[in-house]
Amino acid sequence: MSKRIDVKDLNVYYSKFLAVEDVNINIDPKSVTAFIGPSGCGKSTFLRTLNRMHEVIPGARVEGEVLLDGDNLYGPGVDPVTVRSQIGMVFQRPNPFPTMSIRDNVLAGVKLNNHKISKGEADALVERSLRGANLWNEVKDRLAKPGSGLSGGQQQRLCIARAIAVEPQVILMDEPCSALDPISTLAIEDLINDLKDQYTVVIVTHNMQQAARVSDKTAFFNIAGTGKPGKLIEYGETHTIFSNPSVKATEDYVSGRFG
Amino acid sequence: MTTTSLTKSRGAGRAGDKVFSGATLAAGCLILAVLFGVALFLVVQAFPALVASPDKIQGGQGFFAYIWPIVVGTLIAAVIALAIATPVAIGVALFISHFAPRGLASGLGYVIDLLAAIPSVVYGAWGAAFLAKEISPLYNWLADNMGWVPLFQGPASATGKTILTAGIVLAVMVLPIITSLTREIFLQTPKLHEEAALALGATRWEMIRMAVLPFGRAGIVSAVMLGLGRALGETMAVALVLSSGALTASLIQSGNQTIAAEIALNFPEASGLKVSTLIAAGLVLFVITLGVNMIARWIITRHKEFSGAN
Repeated sequence: MSKRIDVKDLNVYYSKFLAVEDVNINIDPKSVTAFIGPSGCGKSTFLRTLNRMHEVIPGARVEGEVLLDGDNLYGPGVDPVTVRSQIGMVFQRPNPFPTMSIRDNVLAGVKLNNHKISKGEADALVERSLRGANLWNEVKDRLAKPGSGLSGGQQQRLCIARAIAVEPQVILMDEPCSALDPISTLAIEDLINDLKDQYTVVIVTHNMQQAARVSDKTAFFNIAGTGKPGKLIEYGETHTIFSNPSVKATEDYVSGRFG
Repeated sequence: MTTTSLTKSRGAGRAGDKVFSGATLAAGCLILAVLFGVALFLVVQAFPALVASPDKIQGGQGFFAYIWPIVVGTLIAAVIALAIATPVAIGVALFISHFAPRGLASGLGYVIDLLAAIPSVVYGAWGAAFLAKEISPLYNWLADNMGWVPLFQGPASATGKTILTAGIVLAVMVLPIITSLTREIFLQTPKLHEEAALALGATRWEMIRMAVLPFGRAGIVSAVMLGLGRALGETMAVALVLSSGALTASLIQSGNQTIAAEIALNFPEASGLKVSTLIAAGLVLFVITLGVNMIARWIITRHKEFSGAN
């Protein structure tokens, strides 16, 4: 249930503006990969190209290849809808559907892909997904209540439950803890650790301690200046990036000397 | 020392607050006073008709026998208008907000808004002079092929001036109201929720069903109710288009009448008890509109917990 991602010579444009330049990266299955870097360096933009969510922004386009176990996401005839059902995403701010109950939120994606699902199967899936997101014990007595009534951290875990309910190959997380308090952050980090047993996880974070805590590999992105494209500076094992980086800019960033 | 500096307050700012809260309170009270005044006027003026002996009311069978056919006629016309206008308006609004390329969207939105600027008498003239004539072949076809349904019982009106034509004209008139309002609501759907749906592998239509329509639900109901308000109260277009008569189930024969058109057509020559009767009809229309709005409120608040406002 998890696949590898290989990115080859990827450029991302907003209309004519080159936002991210020439990224090559290989992400292993069943691992956690963190993208770090200063604001505006293109890491979130790049993350979105991994499930074609950047296409939501008018004028955004890519050149190059993103291979999911060898299949190009940008190949001819590939439907972005199919791509997104295999590569799930969790956003910066928790975004459960406010008009749906907790239960319906978990089932939202499943009902899209598989219209017929029996009540028993649905119940089992809801429990499995919520347990997978470490949320079951907190919400099992109020599944019919709206998801927007939960705390921020619980909402974010509900979004993770919703993402894993469709059994994706890869889960992308765009700064999933930046709107959360430390306790909720800890809960999400524990969860990320569990998730990598089954899924390929890619996480963008501003918090370097978080990257060091949760990831197996870390990629450092940077920009030369305003208006310049973001680039992948260095990619390697997390402990190497944090203790013995080979590029000066990486060392400056992880040691807090800029950014 | 500190207590004195805390008890001192900025005089000017406080005065501004008081003026503002006073002004808003006055505005709120004024609305209530106007509403109450209108209701009081209607009740007082209508009272003679409500208590008059049945044989003195037009038709000779009392106020109730006079009013209920035109109440039903009003509702039929409004229901036809909304049944046609609501799906079209929501479709157009969704097209503008989520499907059309940006240039086309703003142009189309502008044209729709222009529809609202056309005076209702022009719509009436268009309906009577053009639409009624053009649509009467359709009525003949309906009478021939669907005549077994009471709604389409023949013989069809030769002039086409039927309640269905009036309903269609009303639909065109309420279309811009519902479209503009729902378009604004759809545009306000949080990007977060749209992206949440897309990231789960939703197509654009599925995204609209998951995120846009549920978010806009209360707004859609309000927009439809505003449209209904116009359809119920519209006078000129109906007066011109409909060749009125007794209540009939068939939508393609001439007949039926709406309250607003009944009042407009008869008021100039009315005197005495007849005036009271027409004002009583106005009171009934007022009560219907009030009732419709209360039902709409109730529908909106029923799902408050899930509205996303919390």
